[in-house]
Amino acid sequence: MKLITAIIKPFKLEDVRQALGEAGVQGLTVTEVKGFGRQKGHTELYRGAEYSVDFVPKTKIEAAVADALVEQVIEAIIGVAATGSIGDGKVFVTDLSQAVRIRTGETGDQAL
Amino acid sequence: MKPIKNLAVACSAVVATMLPAVVLAQDSPLDTGDTAWMLTATALVLMMTVPGLSLFYAGMVRSKNVLSVMMQCFAITGLMTVLWTLIGYSIAFDTTGMEAGTVNFNSFFGGMGKAFLAGVTLEAYTGTIPEPVFVTFQMTFAIITPALIVGAFAERMKFSAMLVFMTAWLLLVYAPIAHMVWSGDGGLMWDWGVLDFAGGTVVHINAGIAGLVACLVLGKRKGYPSTAMPPNNLGYTIIGAALLWVGWFGFNAGSAVAANETAGMAMLVTQIATGTAALGWMFSEWVAHGKPSVLGIASGAVAGLVAITPASGTAGPMGALLIGVAAGVGCYLASTKLKRALGYDDSLDVFGVHAVGGIIGAILTGLCAGTLGGAGLAEGVTLGGQIFTQFKGVLFTVVYTGILSYVILKVIDVVIGLRVTEEQESQGLDLALHDERGYIL
Repeated sequence: MKLITAIIKPFKLEDVRQALGEAGVQGLTVTEVKGFGRQKGHTELYRGAEYSVDFVPKTKIEAAVADALVEQVIEAIIGVAATGSIGDGKVFVTDLSQAVRIRTGETGDQAL
Repeated sequence: MKPIKNLAVACSAVVATMLPAVVLAQDSPLDTGDTAWMLTATALVLMMTVPGLSLFYAGMVRSKNVLSVMMQCFAITGLMTVLWTLIGYSIAFDTTGMEAGTVNFNSFFGGMGKAFLAGVTLEAYTGTIPEPVFVTFQMTFAIITPALIVGAFAERMKFSAMLVFMTAWLLLVYAPIAHMVWSGDGGLMWDWGVLDFAGGTVVHINAGIAGLVACLVLGKRKGYPSTAMPPNNLGYTIIGAALLWVGWFGFNAGSAVAANETAGMAMLVTQIATGTAALGWMFSEWVAHGKPSVLGIASGAVAGLVAITPASGTAGPMGALLIGVAAGVGCYLASTKLKRALGYDDSLDVFGVHAVGGIIGAILTGLCAGTLGGAGLAEGVTLGGQIFTQFKGVLFTVVYTGILSYVILKVIDVVIGLRVTEEQESQGLDLALHDERGYIL
């Protein structure tokens, strides 16, 4: 099992959700986050006072998937989340040692 | 017999109650049209403070101070109502001891003849309207002027010190300046011939200079200007500016104290100057920064409203255009470039908008009365002479309010302290002073 963590542009969330659904992902968790990569932040100006906003709003998606699905899921995310401009985000893949469905007590791939 | 007798008694009672009314209608100077307009105008001016100014300011502070600003505006509304009733109105509008061309104590300060609103009864009139309406109309001016100052010391002044300051300021600064300009023959600036139809000196220069002095005496907010202090909700600010714009028709057209030609022209020139100044600020910022902003266009509208205020009874439509452009561009430069250059922390630009806009308006009032389709100058007064008189009025007001405001603030600082503690300032005044939060989302 792997945990796929994707940081994407907020307006791409719906497209990514749909693509992951089609790729066979059964569930995911979404969080609104802030951060910076190469895109950096932006500046705001109020009556001549200029502020730089260093952290850009992004959306974080987490999905636990079976090993067999990993490549397909990554392709699906990249396929719809890319705009070609700076700030499209990243995908991280980490090993997942265990998963448990709380209702039934099922574990491993059965719990996903 | 009994029913008939009762009927007769009833009839005579009706006649008796009607009789004085008939006599009153013949003798009374009341004009129902003027009165209806002034009742409306008074409500409009009150709307400028609560909710107008309150929202305009509350949107610009940080989210942790949003309630503190609204609270200050609301509390000032209550406090000024009481003070005006007790002695404020008398200091401003009692004419005891005043004589045209004579400078005495009563040229500066009204007598106590109207203290506790003595004589303000059902039978009292000011011109063609009931005096109670005039008292309330002027009360709404006495409410908004101190409330304007709130923007200068926002986010750092103790609430208790604010109440004491506003009390002293109304009685020692606002009411006397209103008296000198508006009380009639024998008033200092009235006799000089200063043109100030709706309050350029009395309201805006007065509040703007007091604001500058207050922000200098209190000192900068912690972290200013290196820390970001972005407005928490510019939606509030633009709603507030819109309410100010609408309410200002009561302020300027109401200052005719009649529903007449002057009120009509005041309404027109107010609209022209405000629209022009909103665009003036918007385009200035667009040119300087590359984008037009919501805060900019709202600020520009207020700058235009401020600047046309003294001129609204004398300027013509072309004069209003000139005043609008000058205020939009001038106040933009003052609130952005000048403020940065000098480094004072006037949180919400009371000086940059109200003092600078007020001064631009006061000087141009002289020019626009005599030219550009204005109402004309008093007999024997030259254009240069009127502009000089306007300068004199501005200078006197700046010096008077500057010194008095400074002394009042220093005394309060020594006795109870003006500023909240550093910890309270960091925590935000909403929680620190009121045990409440504006946003629980």
